[in-house]
Amino acid sequence: MITNTKTVKELVLQNKRLDMRTFTEYRQPIEIETNISWTAEGSAKVTIGKTVVMAGVKLSLEKPYNDTPDEGGIMINAELLPLSSSEYEPGPPGIKAVELARVTDRGIREAKAIDLKALCIEPGEKAWFVTVDIISINDAGNLFDVANLATLAALKAAKFPVVNQETGSIDYKQKTGRSLPLTKEPISVTVYKIKGKLLLDPTMEEEKSAEARLTVSIDKKGTISALQKGGEGTLTIAEVGTIIDLTHEKAEELRVVLERVVVS
Amino acid sequence: MVYKQRLDGRKGDELRPMEAKTKVIPNAQGSASFKIGKTWAIAAVYGPREIYPKFLANPKRGILRCYYNMMPFSGSGERIRPGSNRRSQEIAMVMTKALEPVVDLSQYPNSVVDVFVELPQTDAGTRCAAISAAAMALADAGIPMKDLVSSVAVGMADDKIIADLTYKEEHIYEFNPESLNAVVSDIPLAMIHNTKELTLLQMDGEITKEDLLKALELGQKAIEKVYAVQVKALKENFIEESK
Repeated sequence: MITNTKTVKELVLQNKRLDMRTFTEYRQPIEIETNISWTAEGSAKVTIGKTVVMAGVKLSLEKPYNDTPDEGGIMINAELLPLSSSEYEPGPPGIKAVELARVTDRGIREAKAIDLKALCIEPGEKAWFVTVDIISINDAGNLFDVANLATLAALKAAKFPVVNQETGSIDYKQKTGRSLPLTKEPISVTVYKIKGKLLLDPTMEEEKSAEARLTVSIDKKGTISALQKGGEGTLTIAEVGTIIDLTHEKAEELRVVLERVVVS
Repeated sequence: MVYKQRLDGRKGDELRPMEAKTKVIPNAQGSASFKIGKTWAIAAVYGPREIYPKFLANPKRGILRCYYNMMPFSGSGERIRPGSNRRSQEIAMVMTKALEPVVDLSQYPNSVVDVFVELPQTDAGTRCAAISAAAMALADAGIPMKDLVSSVAVGMADDKIIADLTYKEEHIYEFNPESLNAVVSDIPLAMIHNTKELTLLQMDGEITKEDLLKALELGQKAIEKVYAVQVKALKENFIEESK
């Protein structure tokens, strides 16, 4: 893709963006749709501007890990589909997909957003394992924030399947009314630095013009559960302070949208 | 050994409710979404563009290349491990062959048109939904085409010839108490609308020649219904653009 980085940078120096937004304004619409896939235990499609991401939750019963015999587990995977952008190719996940998955995973895991102990059925023997697959449908910038929202919405929507009491096997075609033990919803906001200025929710052109970025996963109280600095450029300690304030404020705006998701 | 009333109450020749839409992926040259019952395919077309690896290039005409992928959470059982497998490779190949007869890439030598199809949820008939979505996405991308290709499966569940089988009908011996020892055949078809020529024909199960020909007759009628939905969605888009 040919990117007009020169224009993006010139505009930023004049405190402007190509699409006329302010630096802290997210694209519209911001939409969350849940239960888009009947085969997943929980699923969601999130749209911010032209960026679209789906996420699906599958549950399975496994033997707990030896070092945490009384806990279930969570795994988050990301697929950057060649369907979603001319820049992605078929094949195993590249480093961009791996980073997206791991940063999203950390934000949720480290916040203990899912009570893993509550997933245990029989210590050392059997526990629920939660797998979330993040799928890019249209990558038009800011996948980190959109993927995190999609993951949270899918987890919120998920219902345990019925387990056959005699055989112990899962009947995936039947769902119980029981939701996942979700204790909190840490929201990711990524701040991009272009020509020394900080801005949010970049388009693909802005993303490619950025020197550096910082993804912050933050809960309601302002507790940070994951950080990831990216890009070739640098950040000062003062900038990090500013970024955290900014992300906390924006996370609360996104939280309003997420909390509007009605899960039947 | 009788399958009188279909499990979901449909008539023998009745398809599940369909929903079609184009331009669902802004980044793509063309795209479409095609839903039939609980099976959902999304297709995106990229190209004509440079082909990699280079040795695949054909100096006489462009190449059509299809990909088929079920999302990890789209199966009715356990999570599917991401990545390609034998099944998805074969389906991608038959999809390409189903679409090639109507696509004219003679103006694009040495290039490729990639068609990516993804399925967020499935309930049988995925390759047919994938082909119907892909044909719409190619048309939406403005790729030169002689006609549309429309696709649906027909088959026999127990003693009944039916159109657009669901997962439960493909496994009728498990789900219909009166069909315990029944034989099932599943015949995915794709057809060029104007010439009525078949571009996809597969079958698994058991069937006699007589029943097969009857099923194909039913298939031709069923495909007309898919075609109508495809055309309607493609036209709707034009009306929107001219506003």
